[in-house]
Amino acid sequence: MSTKENTFKNLIGKNGRALGSLGYFIILMLVFLIGAPEVMMRPNLHQSVFVMLPVIMFMVIPLVFLVTAGEIDLSFASTFGLSAYIFALLLKAGLDPLLCILIGILSGAVVGILMGCLVVYGRLSSLVASLGALFFIRGFLFVASDSKSISFMEISDHWIYDVLVGKLFGVPMQVYWAALFTIFSYYLYRKHVFGIHIHHVGDNPDSAAQMGINVNWVRISAFMYVGLGAALAGIFSCLINFTWWPTQGFGYLLLALAAVFIGGTPTWGGVGTIVGAVFGVGVIAYMEVGVVAMGMSGVWRQFFNGLIIILAILGHRFHGGRVR
Amino acid sequence: MSAIIELKNVSKSFGGITALKKASIKVDVGEVVGLIGDNGAGKSTLIKTLVGVHAPDDGQIIIRGNEVKNWNASKAREAGIETVFQDRALCPQQSIVWNIFMGKELKHRFGFIREKEQVREANKLIREIGFTSKLIDAESPVGNLSGGERQGVAIARAIYNNAELIVLDEPTTALSLIETQKVFDFVDNVKKSGRSVLFIGHNIYHVYDISDRFIVLDRGEVVHQLNKNDIEGPEALMKVMKDAVSKH
Repeated sequence: MSTKENTFKNLIGKNGRALGSLGYFIILMLVFLIGAPEVMMRPNLHQSVFVMLPVIMFMVIPLVFLVTAGEIDLSFASTFGLSAYIFALLLKAGLDPLLCILIGILSGAVVGILMGCLVVYGRLSSLVASLGALFFIRGFLFVASDSKSISFMEISDHWIYDVLVGKLFGVPMQVYWAALFTIFSYYLYRKHVFGIHIHHVGDNPDSAAQMGINVNWVRISAFMYVGLGAALAGIFSCLINFTWWPTQGFGYLLLALAAVFIGGTPTWGGVGTIVGAVFGVGVIAYMEVGVVAMGMSGVWRQFFNGLIIILAILGHRFHGGRVR
Repeated sequence: MSAIIELKNVSKSFGGITALKKASIKVDVGEVVGLIGDNGAGKSTLIKTLVGVHAPDDGQIIIRGNEVKNWNASKAREAGIETVFQDRALCPQQSIVWNIFMGKELKHRFGFIREKEQVREANKLIREIGFTSKLIDAESPVGNLSGGERQGVAIARAIYNNAELIVLDEPTTALSLIETQKVFDFVDNVKKSGRSVLFIGHNIYHVYDISDRFIVLDRGEVVHQLNKNDIEGPEALMKVMKDAVSKH
C-alpha cells in the first residue's frame, strides 16, 4: 500500500462521520434541486434559510460537546427563552444593549452550571433532570411574563443591531458570528484541553478520574457551554425579530437535537464532530423549506423530517461503529 | 528521609465495609516493593488511596517528608507517581497519543495542545515499547489494539512522565508469557534507573522474583513487612500469607 493511499484512507477513517453528514446534506440538496429546480435556484430562499440557521448553530455546536461528554440536555430550549427574557427586560429598563447582551449570555452560562451541578452532585440522569428543568424554566417564563411578549423595535437604531444582525455583502451578520463561534468551538473541541478532557470523560469517566482529570468539573463546564450557546441563540433570535415571546425557542428543542445526531455525533459519548454538526444543521434548516418547495403539502413536512432523520442515523452506523 | 511516599494509619471504608484499617506503608527511593494479599485483602483500595483515586477517611499521606492535605490523583501525578492501573485506565475510542497524554497534556498558553510535539513523542514511545506494526501509529484508536499492546500504552504513559515511583496494579493479568516477561524487563530497567516500583500481584512467584521487599495485606490490615533476605523463597512467602489468613 502506498503512503498516499494510506493517507487517503486515514483521512476517510478519521473523518468518516463528518464526511457522512456532508453526504446527507448534498443528497438532500440534490433531491430538492431535482424536485424543485426553479424554487431552489432562487437566492431569496437561501437568504431566508440563512436568517435563522445561525441561531440553530449556536445551540447545536455546544450540544456536540455535551453529548461527547456522555450527557444530554433538553433544558437549553428553555434557557434560550430565559436568557432572551433577561435581555429583553434589561433592554426595556434602559440599560445599554451591549451590557444587556453580556448579562444575557452570562445568565445562560449560570443556568448551564446549575443544570450541571444538579446532574453531577444530585447524581441524576441528565435526560430526566433536564426534562424537568425544561418545563420548570418555561413555566417560570409564562408566570413571570404573564404570557405577554415584549417588543423593542428601537433596537434597530442602535449600532449593535447592525453589527450583530445587520447585513454585510448581502449576507446576514449572524452568519458571520455563527461561523466565528463554530470555528472557535472546533479548535476548543479538537485542540484544547477542555475539548480533549470532554472526549476522555465521555469515553471512560473512570479512566479519566484515575488520570487526575476533574470529571465533575468537565461535565459541569460542558453544561455551561450549552447554556451559553442557548443564551446566544435566544438573544440573536430576539434581535432578528425585535421581540421576545413566551414560547420562544421551544420549537427548536427536537430539531437541534436531531441536528446533533444527523451530524454524526453518536449517543454513547467519547466521539463527535463539529464539522458534521454544521452539515446536520444544514439538513435541518433546509429540510422544512425544501419539502414545501417541492410542492408537498404542509401535512407531509413532519413525515419527511422523520424519514430523513432515520435514514441519516442508519447511515452513520456504517462508518462509525463503537470501538471498545 | 528517603521515602518517596509514606502512608500513616490510613483507613478507608465504603458504606459499612472497612476496606483499610490503619494501614501504614512506605516506598523508598530505588526499591521494588511487592504488595501481596488474597482477593479482598484491600490491595486495590490501598493502591487507589496511595495514588489519590480514593480519598482516605483517616490517616496521613506524606510525600518526601511533607504531609499533603486533600490528596488526589492529579496531585499524585504532580508528585511523580504514575500508575498502571489494573483496568489500564485507557479511553478506547481515543487515539494512542491522547491516551498517553491524558490528564498531562503538553500545552501552549491558554490550554491549547502542542499537538505535533505530542504525536512525535508518542510515536517515539510506541517504538520504544516495541510496537512494530506499520498499521499502528500514534493516531490509531486504542480500541484497535490487543490486550498486550494496550498494556504497552499504559506503561508508555507511566514512562513518559518520568515518574519517580511507578505503581503497577496486577500488570501481568491476562498477558501472554512473552508479554509478561516484557513487563518484568521493564521493572528491571526502572529499578536500574534508580526509580521505585510498587508491584501488586496475586501470582506470588512473579512478585517474589522482582521485589526487594514485601508487604502482606490481609482484610485491610498490613500484617507483615519483610525484606527479601528474611525469606527463603516464594514458598516461604506463601506460608507467611497463609498463616496471616488463618489467624483471623
